[in-house]
Amino acid sequence: MSRDTALVSADWAEQNLNTPGLVFVEVDEDTTAYDGGHIPGAIKLDWKTDLQDPVRRDFVNQEQFEALLSDRGVSNDDTVILYGGNNNWFAAYAYWYFKLYGHGDVKLLDGGRKKWELDARPYTKDVPVREKTSYTAQAPDLSIRAFRDEVVEAIGVKNLVDVRSPDEYAGRLLAPAHLPQEQAQRAGHIPTAISVPWSKAANEDGTFKSDEELAKLYAEAGIDDSKDTIAYCRIGERSSHSWFVLKEILGHQNVKNYDGSWTEYGSLIGVPVALGDEPGKA
Amino acid sequence: MTAPTAAGCAAPDQSAPIPASVDLEKETVITGAVVNADNEAVAGAYVRLLDATGEFTAEVVTSPQGVFRFFAAPGTWTLRALSRHGNGELKISADRGINEVGLTVAA
Repeated sequence: MSRDTALVSADWAEQNLNTPGLVFVEVDEDTTAYDGGHIPGAIKLDWKTDLQDPVRRDFVNQEQFEALLSDRGVSNDDTVILYGGNNNWFAAYAYWYFKLYGHGDVKLLDGGRKKWELDARPYTKDVPVREKTSYTAQAPDLSIRAFRDEVVEAIGVKNLVDVRSPDEYAGRLLAPAHLPQEQAQRAGHIPTAISVPWSKAANEDGTFKSDEELAKLYAEAGIDDSKDTIAYCRIGERSSHSWFVLKEILGHQNVKNYDGSWTEYGSLIGVPVALGDEPGKA
Repeated sequence: MTAPTAAGCAAPDQSAPIPASVDLEKETVITGAVVNADNEAVAGAYVRLLDATGEFTAEVVTSPQGVFRFFAAPGTWTLRALSRHGNGELKISADRGINEVGLTVAA
């Protein structure tokens, strides 16, 4: 993978709004933004109600993903262009799902809603009608998803990349600073994890930094190219953004997203936790 | 839009009242409105909270009334607003409780 295959620019998107075989999909946790105006022709996916299992703590399974995309009129051979708010966090999360379930051609709109807004590009409130399809998802590709036991075993062995803010990493904050701080889990980070906040991979307008800047960022943070990598954050969406950078833009092999992330790890009984700005020892 | 919960990570509705579950004895809330040079509210602006070293900490989108809100910690912060009408920046010192600030953007 590379930037050329995984990303499209806002200019390209605006020129291809009516190109057959392309489906623009806005993905957000709060979909009121879509309702207030979206990229012409785009459908919406609600990260919480469409992409999470309504009962268990997990995301939609293969059958649920098939039913969702069939209902929304997405075909297996469509090129899916994902975008959203929050610097594309949830769009990157959805991208990871599409990859996990084996979708052929999926891309992110570089800069997402923010770049589109700052460029003063057009919105519409018209909701497109798409005919239902019969979408077939593949069995989940677990080579890109990490579970907790694997994360505990990776301490001191694999690259663990904590992509939360420095204060969350150190244990001074429990959540991003736009959310209340009262949370159930303990504060801190997984011992030996390096801190590379997701925001360092993005420009102010939400677009990804250049390949050279991104390669330098992770190299200077101490990522070891000879090891497998697991990225995590608090609930797995910011780490999808960094997973996208490492796997899809920079083309690293064996990069997994730990979607359980800190809300799971910080609640586990008996696992090691490191406090402060240093990675800590295994 | 419901009150923010641990399940989500996106910025909650910025115009909603602070949820009753939020303990203002413990939280450091930084809130205010983004206005343009004519003192009109700017909706849909991106407000970024940068820490004392200038590092990005959080970002929210302003409400239809131009309102933004962060849950931070006592200390020095920089607020930076980006919008289709221009950008603006302000350095502030926040204490526990509600810290109210105004932020102006200009091209």
